[in-house]
Amino acid sequence: MFQKYVFPRNVSAAVHLLNEHRGNARIMAGGTDLILDLQNGKYSTDCIVDITRIEELKQISEENGNIVIGAAVTHNQATKSFLVQQNAAALAQASAAVGSQQIRNISTIVGNVVSAQPAADSAVALFALDAQVRVVSADGLTVMPIENLYAGIGKSTIDSTLSLVTAVLIKKVEPGEGSAFVRLEQRKALTLPMLNTAVKISVKDQRIKEARIVMAPVGIGPVRATESEAFLKDKMPSEEVLQEAGRLAAENANPRDSLVRGSRNYRLAVLPVLVRRALEQAINNAEGGGF
Amino acid sequence: MSYLQLKCIVNGDLVELDIEPSELLIDVLRDRLNLTGVKKGCKKGECGACTIIMNGDAVNSCLVPAARAQGAVIETIEGISKTGRLHPLQQCFIENGAIQCGYCTPGMIMSAKALLDKNPHPTKQEIREALAGNLCRCTGYVKIEKAVEQAAKIIFEITEGRGTSK
Ligand code: FES
Ligand code: FES
Repeated sequence: MFQKYVFPRNVSAAVHLLNEHRGNARIMAGGTDLILDLQNGKYSTDCIVDITRIEELKQISEENGNIVIGAAVTHNQATKSFLVQQNAAALAQASAAVGSQQIRNISTIVGNVVSAQPAADSAVALFALDAQVRVVSADGLTVMPIENLYAGIGKSTIDSTLSLVTAVLIKKVEPGEGSAFVRLEQRKALTLPMLNTAVKISVKDQRIKEARIVMAPVGIGPVRATESEAFLKDKMPSEEVLQEAGRLAAENANPRDSLVRGSRNYRLAVLPVLVRRALEQAINNAEGGGF
Repeated sequence: MSYLQLKCIVNGDLVELDIEPSELLIDVLRDRLNLTGVKKGCKKGECGACTIIMNGDAVNSCLVPAARAQGAVIETIEGISKTGRLHPLQQCFIENGAIQCGYCTPGMIMSAKALLDKNPHPTKQEIREALAGNLCRCTGYVKIEKAVEQAAKIIFEITEGRGTSK
């Protein structure tokens, strides 16, 4: 596998190491995917640049109206964080659904995004929450919407031999805003999601001002339910309205038959129910119902 | 190849040894330190047989590069009965028939210990969540859950009796 294993002390040292090795060094955060990818030959590298000891990347903090989740923050750390629970209920729920206790103690939110698996739990939540990511390379810092990270199934636009995502940014909730994450799965742990949905909603004077509905895996990367989002605008969230929103969401979904995740027909039939539940929970969350 | 000098605490003892950068913690524990209670099942993070406690958290040692154990405090099944007396979790697993072939047991017990160290009065749901990453092909889990519940009670009685909080 690799011949060198290093712990840079800060982000610029990490970037420096990548440069020095010209494509033969690779960033590792939790490593729960990467270790296996290195074993089965999906990637190979001479040098692992382990970023989990960079102090600033281990923090969940508040900055100019955003919460900032560093690249070394684990799923369990996020699930238990009061800041995340308050401002990003969908992310707290999604992080709790990843793998198992042992995995969540190591695996990171940012790693989940960079792995670019089509239904990655925390990534689906971050799409709904309209998150931004900070990317640092030799050319400096760029901030981009999380959508820009998906290049295809399991493919990220981030080349971890050249750059690293240092953090994700989520806008703090305003009054009337809430979010939720709902997962369909075969068992309660260690299973791939059959379907994931996440919703962020903003309600004012009992009407829905805006809804962001994200579903996966029903296409390449997480997919927005645009029809449903448009339909919900300015509606009162009655039972019928939410049901119709669920039905419309399925129109944007194109799931494949899958031995692991279930048949296309089955998943198209349950998707509306999941979307409705996610909407109900998000509205409840917006009304201060916690998660 | 440049070797790394690994320094960490394993089951209360300071361990210093040279490792290859690509070695996994599971292999260092089993093959170098002879801690073969750390079981190798899937080597993919899916079965939990290799579970150890690292800096207080349960982790799959098959997914942790050994280099990351630098400076860490590590506990394996071998470390929990060092006095020669069984740990209450071990005792309760035996008494409840929570062991059949025993392959999953060290991992189960380490996951349970990580839970009880932080949360001495777990609910059934919390026990299930803590053990969800540990597969058992023999027992059917009900007895394991019971064993953990009972061990929690015993540990609480012992520590309360002593008047400490740990
Ligand atoms: S051997 Fe590590 S989880 Fe199975
Ligand atoms: S006792 Fe045999 S696998 Fe659990």
